Amino acid sequence: MSAISARRTSSAAATRGGGVLPWLALPALVAFAVFALIPLIGVLLLSFTSWDTLGEIQLTGLESWKSVLTDPGLPHALWVTFLIMLLSWAFQTPASILIGVFLAGRQRYRELLAVLYFIPLLLSSAAIAITFKALLDPNFGLGAGLGLDFLTQDWLGEPGLAFGVVIFVVSWQYIPFHSLLYQGGVRQIPRSLYEAAELDGAGRVRMFFSITLPQLKYTIITSSTLMLVGSLTFFDLIFVLTEGGPGDATRALALDMYKRGFQANLMGAACVIGVILVLVGLALALLLRRIGGRDPYASQLEGV
Amino acid sequence: MESRTPSRRNFLSLSMGLPLGAALAACGTSGPAPSGGGASGGAAGGNGGGGGKASYWFLQGPPGEAPRTAAVERFNKANPNGQIAITTIQNDAYKTKIKTAIGANQAPTIIWGWGGGGLRSYVQAGQVEDLTSWFGENAAVKDRLFPGAFGAATIDGKIYAMPCETVQPIVLFYNKRVFEKVGVQPPQSYGDILELVKKFNAAGIAPFSLAGQSRWTNMMWLEFLFDRIGGPEVFQAVFDGEKDAWNNPASIEALTKMQELIKANGFIKGFSSVTADSNADQALLYTGKAAMMLHGSWSYGIQQEQGGDIVSSGGLGWMNFPGVDGGKGDPSNTVGNPGQYLSISSKATPEEKEIAKKFFASGVLDDEEQKQWVETGGVPIVKGSDKLFAGSKDAEFLNFVYGVASNAKVFAQSWDQALSPTAAEVLLDNIAKLFQLSITPQQFASNMNAVIGK
Repeated sequence: MSAISARRTSSAAATRGGGVLPWLALPALVAFAVFALIPLIGVLLLSFTSWDTLGEIQLTGLESWKSVLTDPGLPHALWVTFLIMLLSWAFQTPASILIGVFLAGRQRYRELLAVLYFIPLLLSSAAIAITFKALLDPNFGLGAGLGLDFLTQDWLGEPGLAFGVVIFVVSWQYIPFHSLLYQGGVRQIPRSLYEAAELDGAGRVRMFFSITLPQLKYTIITSSTLMLVGSLTFFDLIFVLTEGGPGDATRALALDMYKRGFQANLMGAACVIGVILVLVGLALALLLRRIGGRDPYASQLEGV
Repeated sequence: MESRTPSRRNFLSLSMGLPLGAALAACGTSGPAPSGGGASGGAAGGNGGGGGKASYWFLQGPPGEAPRTAAVERFNKANPNGQIAITTIQNDAYKTKIKTAIGANQAPTIIWGWGGGGLRSYVQAGQVEDLTSWFGENAAVKDRLFPGAFGAATIDGKIYAMPCETVQPIVLFYNKRVFEKVGVQPPQSYGDILELVKKFNAAGIAPFSLAGQSRWTNMMWLEFLFDRIGGPEVFQAVFDGEKDAWNNPASIEALTKMQELIKANGFIKGFSSVTADSNADQALLYTGKAAMMLHGSWSYGIQQEQGGDIVSSGGLGWMNFPGVDGGKGDPSNTVGNPGQYLSISSKATPEEKEIAKKFFASGVLDDEEQKQWVETGGVPIVKGSDKLFAGSKDAEFLNFVYGVASNAKVFAQSWDQALSPTAAEVLLDNIAKLFQLSITPQQFASNMNAVIGK
């Protein structure tokens, strides 16, 4: 009897709360509309115009779309964006998982290292890019200073090397963040799972692959979503580091958009690329949710 | 030429963060532009001055801020009824800010700029005053300045800007100490340059320093090769929008010679990784890692400031770019920044326009301002300003720049400033690829022909 009445009151509270809850979402919705939806509509409208940012905005229908879609620069920029996404993911994920698992240990020195690893995250991308640019300078950089010939390369001048440098610096900056996610994920895995495995005679490697990795599934999905969608908008770091160069070797979509809009004064074309970026980003986020399984909130702790 | 403000482009990005955000923000602010643009015409005069006060925006920081500010202050003292209010804007932000302001009809009365293609886009949008008749009535104002300074102020035969400040030709600098060590003489012709390349390479010294990542630095080489081989007409044809102008045989020859010099290791190894905003190219020259460098005349000030005693001990040499054997161009020609430019917003009130014109006639480059520019190591674009060099420790260099600027048959404007922003971006892009040897001269010409007149 008492249980039933308790259930009643709680459900009554829920219905009353339902009246207030939508209002709580209002500030976020307003902010989203003002800073995301309305500008997005503006971008969409501008993509059907020609505008040099100075004169009048001229409605030119699909002209900007045609010029962008027929430009060989677009597939190239898409390819570069895709490669950056894929390679930086492939480099960051294993590194972050390993560091995260390592940092999840409670030893004092690991806590200290965790603080050190965290530092790159505190620096601005521009500062990181300028620093690496100075370090990689072929004449006055690290290689020349230490007299190490293998470090004295045309780092930002060879398309392949420059691409590698971009991936490396991006990873250097973001691995700490993802390590943090994995550290949290690992610490939530129940000790009892490992104890049971130990009793069954599993070694450390076996435990990593059979317990830690499967238990980290949702952390991996979250972290990968952040990495993949985030890499679509990499801009500041690449712009300061290579300006999209050498040639157009590191010109990703976001850089292409900036260059068209603000350097070449073709705002219509830049907005077309903006729309493409939004579409690619949405498609990617949807895809990742699909991959994440039908019911991403299903329990992993059945039987524990 | 971007050069004096090398880091502008890089730092634009810093305030913007995500590009999407930047584009969104820019598109968002466009709201008022169409409604106010053109339709409301000159009536409103949306600048901040008000009440008989003209407004004037210019770049912050040394070396230019002090002479600019002082000139306005003197003008305001002499004209209590027609004041000018100044706003100084950081180098990096200025180009975007002025463009946004003009697009939104919020331009200052006096618009500071680089002339050329940027000015042309203002003219096409009907945003700046035609000053041709005013210069006709005030011939004295025009006649005291270098005639070469008016080229970049003239669009389709009409003058839209008042040239001001200093002239900055591109100069071939060389390190005399390195030349002595290797036992060679400065080049008299392009043939000499090719000989020197071999000798310096044999001595383990890079013949030329080059900040290849910055792109406009590479462009300076093409500007001279085009001029010396085919004369100024070759680029003029591009500027005038002639069809397939880049296919000119002289243009192909210059582009081919450029790639030959790169293949002959004419430039420092890894030049594509070197940037101008960190002054790494300057450092290569004064540390003796490279023997020569083609750079704007402002490089003198940088060498003086950062290069230890290279300038004071007479270790730095300079000359105009030598002629190419058999070329059509006059070796006295030069390229660079023929001056800076002041335009009047067409959206300003008649009152404000009057104040601005008065400032052009009596305030700009008065004796005091000229003196201050000379102190900063600049050569004012006024005929006879060389008499101010007498006491200066930099007299030798200043006289050289004055001589180059006043004797040049043609003082061409740097290409990226002369062309429209759209074409300039394609140009710099293709120059980078040309220097990477990833496109041929013919491909370069075809790519560039596609944007002629855009």
